[in-house]
Amino acid sequence: MSDPTLFDALFGAGRHEVAIDGHFVAGPARLGDTPVAVIGSWDAAAVDGDLALAIAGEILRVVEADTGAAPRPIVFIADTQGQALSRREELLGLNGCFAHVARCVDLARRSGHATLTLIHGEAVSGGFLAFGMLADRVVALPDAQVRVMDLRAMSRVTKIELERLQTLAKASPVFAPGADNYWRMGAVSTLWESTGGDWPAMLTAELAAARQVAGQDVRARTGAERGGRGLADIVAREVAGA
Amino acid sequence: MSRRISYFEASARARVAALADAGSFTEYCPPAQRRTSPHLARLDAPVAFDDGVVVGAATVDGRPVLIAAQEGKFNGGAVGEVHGAKIRGLLERAVREKPAAVLLLVDSGGVRLHEANAGLIAISEIMRALMAAQAAGVPVFALIGGSCGAFGGMGIVTRLCDEVIMSEEGRLGLSGPEVIETVKGVGEFDSRDRALVWRVTGGKLRRALGEATRLVDDDAVAFRAAAIAALARHRKAPADLTALKAAQAALGARRAAHPDTRDGLEVWRAMGLPRPEAVPMLAADTFNQQLDQLATEA
Repeated sequence: MSDPTLFDALFGAGRHEVAIDGHFVAGPARLGDTPVAVIGSWDAAAVDGDLALAIAGEILRVVEADTGAAPRPIVFIADTQGQALSRREELLGLNGCFAHVARCVDLARRSGHATLTLIHGEAVSGGFLAFGMLADRVVALPDAQVRVMDLRAMSRVTKIELERLQTLAKASPVFAPGADNYWRMGAVSTLWESTGGDWPAMLTAELAAARQVAGQDVRARTGAERGGRGLADIVAREVAGA
Repeated sequence: MSRRISYFEASARARVAALADAGSFTEYCPPAQRRTSPHLARLDAPVAFDDGVVVGAATVDGRPVLIAAQEGKFNGGAVGEVHGAKIRGLLERAVREKPAAVLLLVDSGGVRLHEANAGLIAISEIMRALMAAQAAGVPVFALIGGSCGAFGGMGIVTRLCDEVIMSEEGRLGLSGPEVIETVKGVGEFDSRDRALVWRVTGGKLRRALGEATRLVDDDAVAFRAAAIAALARHRKAPADLTALKAAQAALGARRAAHPDTRDGLEVWRAMGLPRPEAVPMLAADTFNQQLDQLATEA
């Protein structure tokens, strides 16, 4: 279960009007004098087309409202068990809804909005790809889970023994679940390991850092520096020829 | 006359050869460089010298393009660290070189589980690089007609593209039918009912919904002709506020128009196609003509 006191911890009680509507959260908040927009998924949402469009629609509303004014930072909340699994969603093109959300995040970035994702609860596979991973910076809150698939299922599909996967997972961040693995590979910028810190101040610092890298994808380089992803940056540069 | 080459059966390299002008293809990071996956090797799984994707530059009908072709016969075209970095690097090269287009010959089930985290991140990096290429004025086209289709993250990547050229044999979606059946049961999606699978994910449904921009027969020559036509004139993916608001409205309207639809037959029937049950057997040209006819009448 997502924790509704999260927003009090992030912004201070009475300093936000974030509304929780089933698996969708959105609303205005303030960090010091800076207004921010909160948008995201809630309670381990299985992201379906309706939720994807709710998130996309809210991004577009924020971008439109700030046209000609100072673009508010957008704080995305990712709590998702992955994409919804159903024949109707497939038929109607759930992948297209996710691509649409991605375009909306990109529009926000190009329009000058700082973008930051907070992983609250869990971030899994397609549900994480749709918007959470596209922000300029990603913070994993305490106890956040990040994964594509748990090791048991992975063992079944790849036909590699579970014990072997568990042993290898200790040495390599490349396939096993864990926010720390995503940190080592550069896709999580910061791990917040304790609930005790001054979260409004930490969030303000993260948004400033997001602004610094806006428009650049530094994840492969970061992953190389942290020793979690050795080839992505090198190979991409070989092919890019720059 | 050129002999018909099944795009479905062809390897990634054969597809590139059939699409590009003869002798025009130059590969980046070629197999001789041995950029194999260390993660597959660690699990004693077979590796490929190109990690399952061919990337390079070519001309198509005299126009410069960059091409990436996924090899569906290697790990289902799945994206790992090196595989994904090659596609991302190609899109970054496009920002600098400004080719007429980037062609993504997608044939992939999505993330490679042996290196799942690296694959998921790589797909996110491809998504960002693709949108950066488009923002730099370079259109990106997806071509789908292989046995793995375009699923998982590559299904999302495909829907970011300006044009999507598909055959009926190609499939496009997010979660494969097998995954849905495993988790939700055979009543939700019977993955062994091949006709149903194609009516839910296949090229004709995608063309009817406007997701595929061009439907062609399973013929590499037809794919090349469609790519040439797209190079001359292509749809532009929505990028600014006005276009994205329109896209938002259209996606919402589609969901409202199909509250209970679970079979492509119902879509074809609702569109008013003359014989919905015959659609799966129609040649691409005949189906395209029927769609054009409906568009004219509307």
